[in-house]
Amino acid sequence: MRHRNYLAPDGSIQRPLPAFASNAKLLIELYRSMVLLRLFDRKAVALQRTGRLGTYAVSLGQEAVSVGIASAMREEDVLLPSYRDNGALLWRGVRLEEILLFWGGDERGNRFSGPVHDFPFCVPVGSQAPHAAGVAYALKLRKQPRVAVCLFGDGATSKGDVYEAMNFAGVHKLPLVFVVANNQWAISVPLRQQTACETLAQKAIAAGFVGEQVDGSDVVAMRAASEEAIVAARDGNGPRFIEAVAYRLGDHTTSDDAARYRPAEEVQAHWKQEPIARLRAYLVAQKMWGKADEEQLATECHARVEAAAERYLATVPRRPETMFDHLYADLPEVYAAQRRELAGEHDA
Amino acid sequence: MPEATLVEAINLALARAMEDDPDVVVLGEDVGVNGGVFRATAGLQKRFGAARVLDTPLAELLISGLCVGMAAQGLKPVGEIQFMGFIYPCLDQLVNHASRLRNRTQGRLTCPMVLRTPHGAGIRAPEHHSESTEAMLAHIPGLRVVMPSSPERAYGLLLAAIRDPDPVVFLEPTRLYRAAKGEVEDNGEALPLDAAFVLKEGRDLTLISWGAMLKETMAAAEALSAEGIAAEVIDLATLKPYDEDTVLGSVAKTGRCVIVHEAARTGGFGAEIAATIAERRLPSLLAPVTRVTGYDTVVPMARLEQHYMPSVERIMTAARKVCQFS
Ligand SMILES: Cc1ncc(C[n+]2csc(CCOP(=O)(O)OP(=O)(O)O)c2C)c(N)n1
Repeated sequence: MRHRNYLAPDGSIQRPLPAFASNAKLLIELYRSMVLLRLFDRKAVALQRTGRLGTYAVSLGQEAVSVGIASAMREEDVLLPSYRDNGALLWRGVRLEEILLFWGGDERGNRFSGPVHDFPFCVPVGSQAPHAAGVAYALKLRKQPRVAVCLFGDGATSKGDVYEAMNFAGVHKLPLVFVVANNQWAISVPLRQQTACETLAQKAIAAGFVGEQVDGSDVVAMRAASEEAIVAARDGNGPRFIEAVAYRLGDHTTSDDAARYRPAEEVQAHWKQEPIARLRAYLVAQKMWGKADEEQLATECHARVEAAAERYLATVPRRPETMFDHLYADLPEVYAAQRRELAGEHDA
Repeated sequence: MPEATLVEAINLALARAMEDDPDVVVLGEDVGVNGGVFRATAGLQKRFGAARVLDTPLAELLISGLCVGMAAQGLKPVGEIQFMGFIYPCLDQLVNHASRLRNRTQGRLTCPMVLRTPHGAGIRAPEHHSESTEAMLAHIPGLRVVMPSSPERAYGLLLAAIRDPDPVVFLEPTRLYRAAKGEVEDNGEALPLDAAFVLKEGRDLTLISWGAMLKETMAAAEALSAEGIAAEVIDLATLKPYDEDTVLGSVAKTGRCVIVHEAARTGGFGAEIAATIAERRLPSLLAPVTRVTGYDTVVPMARLEQHYMPSVERIMTAARKVCQFS
């Protein structure tokens, strides 16, 4: 199985970088997004710890995966994310406060200002894969040069949903890119108890298309592999499968304590691989980035995150009876009566 | 008007919908060249092409999940599950996605899909081909569950289901596929969803049923009228959301109600109707609301299935008892 990486953990170059890497502005944008995401995660956890946000899934250690893939997409492409893909939503223009709204338990967070056709976070693991196949089928049927991008975790690859979608995508050569963020753990279950396959990428072979392993802590590799796969899919060459080999440095969610099942040494070892320090080392070595830039970025991100948290906390709650408002296009009278009941209006 | 069987009416409606709207896509196992195991999709692939009449791999979860994705893109997918016994892998998609996509995205994405499947017992089918678990589906918020009982209503309700902006599960009574014949005018006119149909008016008793059981229910009503009991017969047609007004209005008039369904009794949809009547029309009731249902057993295979399904006799016995109650 092909395994792609460009930047070593210390930021040095392993092999010639892809063409886009000569675009300093883009590299810096990728860097800024990952830093913003990490700060945002920290804020979200703080909000959760103080009872102001619900359960939250951090991206710590996986920032390069969703930022890398999203940066290779066009606006008109369709993102079908898993619950851990905040980074991809951010890149696609979803506002920080909208993401907080979702994790804060308010559906309005899914009526976000990202591309109107993008799917919301998927919580039932892997069940978004068949949606992605349906989306991609629609794109192909209408001969639109758009691509569906479906993200999920390594645990999801154990579900029939994912294989059923891959199989169908292969049969119909759909414009669909599957990206598994292999962070080595599905809550407390390690990859080796999830599959006996040497790689997850090889699962694409059974579905009849190309899969590759990518260093998921190397945003240059993630971006390059994603771009290649998306372009191929857009050009009518069918689906691709990317296994982003990464590591979840944090707990599964704020309700989890990974120390119960995971040795600290393992986590420590992976901190040496993490994506943000890696890209920073490269940028610094190339003289594209310095201490002053870093400080300015930190200040900027901090301000953005704080302002978003404030807007989130200031959001006026929905009235209870609005839970009926998007149940059906037109609310059937039986449920309109229930709505009135909830609103405290009494039927004559 | 030409005569059509119920399955031919389904076929007419599908063809009409595909003709009228290029966004309508039919998908499922064997729906293409073969035209479906019951022939509901016969001729469609020839007419509309393999891209719009699509033979899927053998994967039910996939079929329902594909529909969600297609619908979110603005297509109008009509998925076929070959038998209701195989719909269960779709429940995840129906409960967690199709029925709530509009709500979870506050209207940003919608899911105008239809999932069709043959439903019910009485055709001496193999195991797992005879279940009627419509109550399970009717329990899901955000879904519509529709069940026609005649070719005319199959045609009009299926068109309505396809045009509806929300997800609909369309349950087709297998036993009536060829047994029910009627006049069907292929005029592209839909019938209303969420509305019950009064098939026969009467003042003494209300009989409520849906799907294939209307055959026995109507036969019972005819026989009862020979005994001087005038039964009103309601075809519920849409179970989710069901037409409470028609049900309650009828019971207010007759004061007596027998609900007939072939699904198992416990937790069946009859319980829902009985509870609503008890809550809202107790003062009008002259007798307890009574159910005639399948038993709380696995639907037996061919040799016993006729003993499982409510018979004209069982319905008449219940109706007489309700009428004699004082
Ligand atoms: C179908 C389903 N089963 C169980 C769960 C509970 N659950 C939530 S996340 C998770 C682990 C998922 O692991 P993976 O797919 O590797 O993604 P990761 O969380 O590591 O990003 C489980 C079991 C769920 N959300 N959906």
